[in-house]
Formats: sequence, C-alpha cells, structure tokens
Amino acid sequence: MSTVTVPKVKPTRPWKRTPKQQALMAANLLISAVVSYFVVLATPMKGKLAYLAIFFIAVIAINFAESYFKSGLAAAKDSIATSFAAAGLIIAVVPIFSILFTIFDRGRAGLNFNLFLHDMKSNGPNDPLGQGGLLHALVGSGIMVGIALLISLPIGILTAIYLTEIKGIYSRPIKFLVQAMSGVPSIVAGLFILSAIVFPITKSSSGLMGGLALSILMIPTIARTSEEVLLLIPNDLREAGVALGGTQWRTISLIVVPAAKSGLITATILGLARVAGETAPLVLVSGGGDAVNPNPFHAPMGSLPFYIWKGFTYGTPESIARSWAGIFVLLSLIFLLFIAARTLSGSGAKK
Amino acid sequence: MTTTAPGARSANSPISTPVKREITTKPRFSDKVFRGVATAGGLSSLVILGLILIFLGYQGFQVLRSEGFGFITGSNWQVMQDNAGNTDLAASTFGIAAMLIGTLLCAAMAVVIAVPISVLCALYLTFYAPQLLKKIMVAVIDLMAAFPSILFGMWGFFILMPHVEYWGRLIHKYFSWIPLFKMEIPVFTRSPFVAGVVLAIMIIPIITSVSREIFSQTPLDRVQAAYALGATRWSMIRAVVIPYGRSGVVGGAMLGLGRAMGETVAVYTVLNLVYQINWHVLIGAGGNVASMILLKFGEAGPTETRALMAAGLVLFLLTLLVNSIANTIVSRTGGKGR
Repeated sequence: MSTVTVPKVKPTRPWKRTPKQQALMAANLLISAVVSYFVVLATPMKGKLAYLAIFFIAVIAINFAESYFKSGLAAAKDSIATSFAAAGLIIAVVPIFSILFTIFDRGRAGLNFNLFLHDMKSNGPNDPLGQGGLLHALVGSGIMVGIALLISLPIGILTAIYLTEIKGIYSRPIKFLVQAMSGVPSIVAGLFILSAIVFPITKSSSGLMGGLALSILMIPTIARTSEEVLLLIPNDLREAGVALGGTQWRTISLIVVPAAKSGLITATILGLARVAGETAPLVLVSGGGDAVNPNPFHAPMGSLPFYIWKGFTYGTPESIARSWAGIFVLLSLIFLLFIAARTLSGSGAKK
Repeated sequence: MTTTAPGARSANSPISTPVKREITTKPRFSDKVFRGVATAGGLSSLVILGLILIFLGYQGFQVLRSEGFGFITGSNWQVMQDNAGNTDLAASTFGIAAMLIGTLLCAAMAVVIAVPISVLCALYLTFYAPQLLKKIMVAVIDLMAAFPSILFGMWGFFILMPHVEYWGRLIHKYFSWIPLFKMEIPVFTRSPFVAGVVLAIMIIPIITSVSREIFSQTPLDRVQAAYALGATRWSMIRAVVIPYGRSGVVGGAMLGLGRAMGETVAVYTVLNLVYQINWHVLIGAGGNVASMILLKFGEAGPTETRALMAAGLVLFLLTLLVNSIANTIVSRTGGKGR
C-alpha cells in the first residue's frame, strides 16, 4: 500500500483584507484625522463635534475617491452606504459604553461592604458614605420581585401554553392583547393598583402592592418569550406523546414543558430583568421605607430603584453618590440575570 | 381440518366478542380541567387590561364628567378649594393638553432622532458586520434594552445634558428661523430637546431589534438574485431590503413611539417640568403626562388624585392605540411578527 502524499494547501480567504488593503485603510484614517485637525485649526469651527464631523466626512470622501477610481460609481456609492451604516452602529453603541463607564466611575466611590449589612433607618442620605446601606432596598426588591414572579410565572406560561398548545378560538385576540399589554406604561400599572386595591381596600402602601404592580409589567414579557420558546419545540414530540396514549395534559406537562425547560427559565429571567429596575410604579405604591421590612403585607417597603430615586431627588453630593452605588448594584444584578439567560438559552439551543 | 384466519373467531372459542370501543376526539376530564385552566390563564391579559380600563375610568369618572372634552383640550391645571378646605370640583379646572402636547413632542423628537440611527445600525448588523462583531453587538444592544429607565435618567442628567445643551445652542444659532427652534429667552437647560435625545437613546435598542428581525427575514432568493445581476450591497439593499422591510420599520418606530410616550422617570429627571404649552423644543420647560402624574401625585388631594387617574386613563388609551397599530403592522410584515 503506497502512501499518497497530499500537498499541504493553505486555505485561501479571498474575502479577507490583504495587508495592502489594511495599510490603505489605516492611511485613510490617519489622513482623515490630520485633515480634521488642520481644518478645525484653520476655520472658526471648534469643539469635539467639529473634529468628529470633519473626520467622518474626510473618511467618506477618501473612501469614495478610492473606490471610484478603482471600480466606478456604483462601488463608490456602496462605500458611502457602508460608512453611514457603520456610523449608525457606532452612534447606537457609544451611549451604552458611556453609561457603563459612568456607572463604574461614579458608583465606585459609594461602594463598600457596609452597604450590604446596614439599612438607612438611623442614617440620613446626607451622612458620610461609609454609614448606612441598602440592605433594606435589596430585601425589599427581592420580596417584591419574588411576589411578582409568583403571580406572573403561572399566568405567563399558561398564556403561552394556551397560545401554542391549545390554540383555542381566542388565540388571535389574546396574542394581540398580550402584545398590547407589554406596551402598558409602567406608571399606569402603578395607578391601576392604586385605584383598584390601595384606595378602596388597603388604604396604605405595602410591598405586596409593589409586587402586584410589577407583575402587570412582567406577565407580557414572560408570556411572549415563553410562547416563542414553545413554538420551537418540534411537533414530533407532541405527536409521539399523543401516539403513546397520553392525554393532552400529560403530553404537555411531561414532554413539551420539560423539553422547553431551559427556554422557559430564560423567559422567566428576562421577565425578572425587565421589572427589577422599574421605578415609577414603586414610587406610587410601595411607600419606600428606610428600614428592613420583611413583611410585604404591612408598612412601606424599600426597593433598589426607590433607593436610587430618593438619593437622586435629595440632590446632595453624598446622596447622589449613594444613588450611583445603588445603580451599580442594580445593574450588576441585571447583568448577572442577563448572562444567566444567555448561557441557558445558548446551552438549550445546542442540544 | 379448516384453518381459520388469524384473529377470526373459532366457533367453540370461549373468548367473548371485544366490546366496540368508541373512537372519539372528546377530551378526557383531566384535559378539560387543563384546557380550562390554560384558557383562564390566557384570558388573564384581557381581564387585566379590562380592569385597568374599568378602575381608572371609575376613579377618573367624576373629573372627566365635570371637565368633559376640556380635559383633553384645556391646558389649565388649577385646584380650587372652598371655604371648608375641600377641593371644589366645579371651580377647579383640569386640562392636560399642555402635557399631551409635551408627550407627543418629546416622543416624536425621540423617534425622529432614533429611527435613522437604528435603521442604519440594523442594516450594518444584518448585511455588513463580520459574524463575531454581529454576535457581540446584538448582545450589547439587547442588554441596553434591559437598562432601567432611572439609569438613563441619571446618566442623561449628569453626563449627556451638557453636550445636548451645546448641540441645542448650535441648532439655535443656525436654525432659529424654523419656528420649532425659536426662543426669546436663552434657557437651554433641561429642555424637551434633552428629553427627546434621552428618549431616543432609550428606544434605539427596540427599533434596532425590530428592524434587524425584519431585515433578516428578507427572502434570500431575491437578495441573491440582486447580487447575481451585479448589484453592489447598497443597490441590493435599496432594491430588495428597503421595499420589503419598509412597513416593518414603520411598525418598529411606532413601538418605540409607544415606549417613549409612556416613559416616566427618565423624563422626570431630565426635564424641567412646567405646566404650559411649549412648542419651542429648545426652551427649558415642558413635561409629559406620565412625569406630571409622578410630580403631582405626592401632594395631591383626593380630587386631584382622581384627575391624575383620568390623565393615566388617557395615557393608557393613547399608548394602547399606538402599540396596537404598531404590532399589527409588524406582524403583517414579518410573517411571525415579534
């Protein structure tokens, strides 16, 4: 048996930029930067905005000229469109990084371990940063979001099951209404709980009311995401379940829902992330106390958004530093939830 | 000896005839319960929306009846008290026109700023970006959609506002001949323009993700046909993607509009809330319905609270209308919708 020597061929990537093209691109950016520097120096236009605008125009002009002489007018137009689309992405993304940087930059000052051990019962927002903390806000947020979850999870998933499995006569209107419900402004959810429960029945704000208001905002998120997840479950599974003699109830509860488990958990996490930072309804109905209050049925209850809100409206440097620290904690939580959702949905898709 | 076909009954067999079973599609009892429970869960959205309508309407009825149509067209918000210190409903006037105009103005500005950016961004992500960049950016933009509004509010107040004020001055300098940008007193701080820019940044992720989804559903055969005819990427987008996705983008823009109209905290933080009709977007005075509710709620008496409920009802109906139209458009374009 003779061995055949296969000549080693390096795979070519014709779409990849050659070093020459990369050098041209770098030269383009460099020339544009120099041009913008001198134009700003020479003309009365001043400021960062002028630098950026002239830089952008110069990049487009050089690209345009290059592709015009190389490949003609159509290619030149295409290069302009590419530049504009890339600019759109950059403009959309710059605020995100600015926000993340700001939170890190300003939140750092107020962050210390005491935050997680103390509440604001015996401290005013004006006290030095080491004193007091946001334990009450963490506990309150946890309880209220937990209540919202207890209410929204069954309703949301039942809605999704109704839409994908039962497909009854109300499917279309319900789908429409769930979409409409996801657009309900958060303050309206707060007003609704006020008008329906707080004013006529309890006459006082409490953590339960906050949880109820949050659940109105959470139900549509869970329902819509779960619906999309259940739609991805292949029909073969349902048919197999029915063919084995299962009733619809057993097919769905023992086959469809377990198959969609990771997706449904993702839906739940996205729902949590959606409501964890809601401020307006909590300002209206939860009262926002300063002490740790583990009882959701009685007395005002603090929450992270309310803590941030209070610090901001108080307006002194200390209280605002507290707010930034609160935002840092809140966003870290949302970030963790988001990563958990991404990881779960990613591993679910691979199976 | 006779052979019997398998399954046929022999004469002396003791086995009795199997009872003919009923073949039916009638659900079992357990299924009936299950279907009932799921239907109840599904109808809950209808129930909740209905209850919102009923309770806000019930609480706001008194004010709405005494103000009539003036509640929407009037622009005065004055609480009068009689001698006993109670609110005198007949003498008070509640009209939310000023805030309604503010709501529409801020939201419209946000959409005007956000749509071009979002559409370009969606085009770049769908047709230009390398795979890795696309994956990262989609995750980042999705994360941004989950940022709480108070975060946008505080960031807008402390970081963005100085920049936007400067842009406002530039616009005023060069475009003050447009009535919208005119101003007599140069007060640029905390203007509706700032609120519009903050709202625009808030709705960019929504419009981007809707547009991206619509663009990615463009029929591949048409895309490839355009390329085969020698189209560049841009002429392909102009000839195929934009005609296909146009109405979907309109729907996405309206979803963003709905979100911007209902936004409370971000507007409250950046805008200087003044109860007056203000068409000049660069002047630092304005408001929207949601932030007004939050502002006035703290010190409102019973009657004023009822008026605020009525304002909430108007806001609810307005956002419901906008969102319904938007969802109808999006789902009609994209096949399965969002």
